[in-house]
Amino acid sequence: MSQSATQSFPKHLLDFRDWSRSQVESLLETAQMMQEVLARPVKKVPALTGFTVATVFFEPSTRTRISFELAARRMSADVVSFSSTASSTTKGETYRDTLRTLDQMGIDAYILRTDAAGVPHQAHSWLHKPVINAGDGWRAHPTQALLDAFTLREKLGSLEGKKIAIVGDILHSRVARSNAELLPMLGATVVACGPATLLPSSLPGATLTTRLKEALCEADAVMVLRLQRERMDKGLLPSLPEYIAAYQVTRERLGWAKPQAPLLHPGPMNRDVELEGTLADSPQSLVERQVANGQAVRMAVLYHVLVGKRS
Amino acid sequence: MKGEILLKNAKLIDGRGEHGTADVLIGEGRILSLSGGEASTVLDATGMVLSPGFLDPHAHLREPGQEVKEDLQSGLTAAARGGYTDVVSMPNTCPVVDRAEMVAALKRKAAEIAQTRLHPAAALTQGQEGRVLSEAYLLREAGAVMLTDDGQTNEDAGVLAQGLLYAASVGLVVSVHAEDAGLRRGGVMNEGAVSFQLGLPGNTSFAESARIARDLEVLRYVQQRLTDRVPGRSLLHIQHLSTKRGLELIRQARQEGLPLTAEVGPHHLTLTDEALNELNPIYKVAPPLRTQTDVEALVEGLLDGSIDCVGTDHAPHTQDEKALDMLRAPFGIPSLEVCWPLLYTELVEKRGFPLAVLIARFTDGPRRVLGLPGIHLEEGAEASLVLWNPKEKRPVDPQTFASKARFSPWAGWELLGWPVGTLVGGRVVFGLA
Repeated sequence: MSQSATQSFPKHLLDFRDWSRSQVESLLETAQMMQEVLARPVKKVPALTGFTVATVFFEPSTRTRISFELAARRMSADVVSFSSTASSTTKGETYRDTLRTLDQMGIDAYILRTDAAGVPHQAHSWLHKPVINAGDGWRAHPTQALLDAFTLREKLGSLEGKKIAIVGDILHSRVARSNAELLPMLGATVVACGPATLLPSSLPGATLTTRLKEALCEADAVMVLRLQRERMDKGLLPSLPEYIAAYQVTRERLGWAKPQAPLLHPGPMNRDVELEGTLADSPQSLVERQVANGQAVRMAVLYHVLVGKRS
Repeated sequence: MKGEILLKNAKLIDGRGEHGTADVLIGEGRILSLSGGEASTVLDATGMVLSPGFLDPHAHLREPGQEVKEDLQSGLTAAARGGYTDVVSMPNTCPVVDRAEMVAALKRKAAEIAQTRLHPAAALTQGQEGRVLSEAYLLREAGAVMLTDDGQTNEDAGVLAQGLLYAASVGLVVSVHAEDAGLRRGGVMNEGAVSFQLGLPGNTSFAESARIARDLEVLRYVQQRLTDRVPGRSLLHIQHLSTKRGLELIRQARQEGLPLTAEVGPHHLTLTDEALNELNPIYKVAPPLRTQTDVEALVEGLLDGSIDCVGTDHAPHTQDEKALDMLRAPFGIPSLEVCWPLLYTELVEKRGFPLAVLIARFTDGPRRVLGLPGIHLEEGAEASLVLWNPKEKRPVDPQTFASKARFSPWAGWELLGWPVGTLVGGRVVFGLA
C-alpha cells in the first residue's frame, strides 16, 4: 500500500467532484490489494486499528451497511451504527443534532446515508471528520460506482472507449448519477436509457435516450437499475406490465449488446421486472461479483480516507 | 418657516427623477419646505440621498403563530432599517388572517410598535382553503389592503374568478402565487441542468408560466363580467415573478390593457439555480431561483415597467429550520434589510439601471398595486422618507439583522446604498441619531 501513501487524497468521499482520474485509479489498485486480503483464510489486517467509524443511516439499507461494516472490521476498525428512518428523525432530532451528538464520542469517520441529496455535504460543514457518502437521495452513491468500475475493469480490462449502457429509472437514481460521473473519468462512454418520465433532460457524463435498442446496441456492458414501485403511484409509469414490455432487459434484448456483454445490477433486484429473472444467474451476470467487490472497494475507501490522506 | 427636522443638503431623488440638493424641512408629518427653515433638529445630509419611503407589497411577518421565525416587532424594525415606511404582511400565518378582527388586532399592535406601518393582506378564501371566500368588505373596513392565498396556490380557477369579481366590487386587489401545483410537483429547486445533475426534485419554470397563462384568461373573463371598473386599478397582482416566459405573458397582457400588476423579488434579480450547487438550503425558495436568462429578462421587465415593483417576499425562518436538508428545509429568504442596498448595488451600480426607475419600483410601483397614487418629494407631501448613503460600502452581516432570521444568501456581499434614516409621517423610526 506504499503508493497510496505517496498521493494526497480528498479527505471525504461525497461524490467525485474533488477526485482526479489518478486518485480513482490508485484507489481501485488499493481495492485490488484488499481483494487479496479477502481471499486469505484470515480476512483481517490491522490497517485501521484504533480508528472508530460510524455508519449513520437515515434511510433503511442492509447490504450497503453490512458491506461497509464488514469492510471496516476486516481492517480492525471499531464500528458503531446509528440508524433511524427519516420519519422518526423529523419527529425530533435533526440530522445536524444527531451528527453533532455522535461527533462528541470520538468518531473518526462517518459513513452516511440519507434520503435527501446534499446531506453528506452539509455534514461535511457540521463535522470535523471525514464523511463517506453511502447514498444521498437521488444524487450520489460513490462507493457503488467505484465497485461497478472495479467489477467492470476486472471483466473488461481498461474501460477506455467502452460503451456502458444504464437502463431504468435514471431520473431518481443515485447509482446512475455516480456512474455517469465516474465511468467517463476512466475513459468509458455512458448511455442512459429509460422512458422520458424517468429520464432527466441532461446528465453530465451520459448520453440520454428513450430507445432501449439504441442504448444496448454494441454495448460493452449493461447496468440495469431497480424500478421503484412508487413510480406508478406518482403517475410516472402506467403499470409494471407496461414497463416490462417496453424496458425490461431480456435475454433477447441483451443480444443487441456485444456478445457476452457483462450484466450489472446494484441490487436489490426485482427479478422479472427490470430484467428477465434467469439472466441474473447467467454467466453474463456480475451481480454477485459486484457484492463481493463492494467490500474490497469500501475497505480501500476507508483506508484512503482515514490513513492514505497523508501525502 | 419652522419645523421639527431639517435635513440639510440632501440629494433628492424620487420615482420621477433627480431634483438636485435641498434643505428639507419636515413638520406636522409633512414636507414643509424644500428651501430650508428653522427646526429643533438639524441634520447634515451632505452626500446622502433622500427618497420617498419604500413600500413592500409582500412580506411574511409570521404573526400570529410563528413568532419563533419573526414577529411584528422584529419584522417592522427590520423593515424600518431597510428603508421601508410601509409593509404589506402576508396572511399565511397560524391561524390564517381571514377575519376582520384579526386584521384590526394586527393594525393595533403595529400602531403600538410605531415603526414601519403595517398593511395586512388577508386571505382570499377562508383558511386559505380555496373554497369559501373571505369577508372582503369587512376585511377592508378593518384595514386589509390586499387579498391573497399566498402560501397556497389557487388551484380552482372558478374560485379565483369569483374571488376576483368579489374583490373588485369591494375595491381590493387579489394577489396570486402563480404556480401550477401539479406541474410543480415536489420540486425544491428550479428544474434544469443543475437539478438534474444534483439529483434534487425540480420545479419547472412552466409551472409558473402555465399558471400565469391561466390566471390571465381568468382575468379576461372577470373583466368581461364586471359592470363597473375603476380605470387604472389593478385587479390581479402576480407575486414574485421568476421566469422569462411568465414575464412575456404578462407583458403581452399589459399591452392589451388588462388590469394587472406584477412583482419581482430581490433574489430572482440577483441569484440563479447555480447557487444550489452548494447544496445549502439557504437558497431554497418558492418560486425557485432560476437561470441567468430569467434574471436578465426580469431586470429588463423591471426596467420597461412590465413589472411594477420589487416585493421582498421576506420569508423568515429559524436558522435551525434552514439547517435541515434540501427536502425538508422550508422555502424562503429574508431580505427586508438588504433589498434596497442589494438592488442599488447590483442593478444601479453594476448594470447602470436608472436610479429613478429603481426608486419608482420601490415607491410608486407598489403603491399602484394597492390603488394608491404615487408619492414624490414636494412641499406638502407626506414625510414618509428614507435617507440613504450611496457611497458607504458595507458587507451584509446577518448577525446584525433586526429580523429574527439571521441568515442571508447575500452574507458577505459588499453593498452600497444602505439606509441611514427612515421617517414615517415625519417621525424618525430608524437612524438619524
